[in-house]
Amino acid sequence: MTQRLTDDLIASIPYAKMLGVKAEFSKDGLLLILPYQKSNIGNPTLPALHGGAIGGFMEVCAMAELRRRSPDLPFSKAIGVNIDYVRRGKPVETYARADIFKEGARVANVRVRAWQESPDKPIAALSGHFLLPKKP
Amino acid sequence: MSEFIEKLWEVGPALVEGTPHAKELGMKFVAVDKGLATLSLPYNVALIGDPRSRVIAGGAVTTVLDQACGLAAIAGFDGFAQLATLSLRIDYQRSAAPGETVIAEAVCYKTTRHVAFIRAVAHDGDPEDPVATAQAAFMLTGPLYKVGEDLKTTSKDGDAKT
Repeated sequence: MTQRLTDDLIASIPYAKMLGVKAEFSKDGLLLILPYQKSNIGNPTLPALHGGAIGGFMEVCAMAELRRRSPDLPFSKAIGVNIDYVRRGKPVETYARADIFKEGARVANVRVRAWQESPDKPIAALSGHFLLPKKP
Repeated sequence: MSEFIEKLWEVGPALVEGTPHAKELGMKFVAVDKGLATLSLPYNVALIGDPRSRVIAGGAVTTVLDQACGLAAIAGFDGFAQLATLSLRIDYQRSAAPGETVIAEAVCYKTTRHVAFIRAVAHDGDPEDPVATAQAAFMLTGPLYKVGEDLKTTSKDGDAKT
C-alpha cells in the first residue's frame, strides 16, 4: 500500500468525499483525517460536530483499514457498530485509527478511536463487526 | 396532541434543516408525536459508500438514525433542549436499495431527568423489512424549555433554576 493507493481508496467512496475525509499512510498504518468543515456540524450553538458524521467517519476508517489489507477484494459490509461518544466534537480537525481486533474467515472485529487534540483524549470510539468479502 | 408536540410539528423542519450536517445529507422532517420522530433521507449519489453496488454508506444510515433518535428524545423530554449522543448501536440487517429513500422511525421509550433511551428502525418503504435498527442514549447538555411554562429550567447538575 502506498499513499497514492490510499488516496485512490478514499476518493472512490463518494460518502467519504462528502465528509471531506483524507488519509495518511505511514509505517504505523492508516491515519484518517476529517478536516473541519461547516457541513459536518450537528449543533451550531455549541458548536459541535454531528454524532452521525463522527460515527460515519469512524466507519469509513474501519472499512478503509480492512480494504487496505486486501485491496483487490470488494469492500467489507458492516454488520453492526457500537459507538461511544465521550467528548464533544469541536469544530477542528479530527483523526481516527482502526485496530483489527480479530480477523476471522468471514467476520472481522474492528476497534476505531477518534480524537482531536491528543490521541489519549478520544472524542469517540467505535467497535464494529464487518462481513469480509469472499476470498477467490 | 399536546401544545409542545404541536410546536414541534411547526419547528421540526427548521430543526432538521438548521442542522448543517443533516441538511448536507438531504435529510427531511416527516413527523413527530409524543416520544416519536420520523425523518427521511432521499437517495443521493453523494451518499454512496460502495461504488460497486451504489449502496449508500452505513455512515449515512447511522446519521439519519442518530438525527431521528435526537428528535425523538426531544419529543420524549417534552421540551426543547440541547442534546448530545452518549451511545449509538446500529445493526445493519441488509443493504438499503440503491435509489430508494431511507426512512428512520425513532421511539423514545424512556426518559430520566437527564437521559433519554431510544430505539429506531431505518427502512426503505416496509418497516417490517428494516435496513437497520438502532438503540441510542442521549443526554441533556443544557436546560429543558417546556412550552407554556415560564423559563423554568433544570441545570446539568439537577438543580432547578428559575
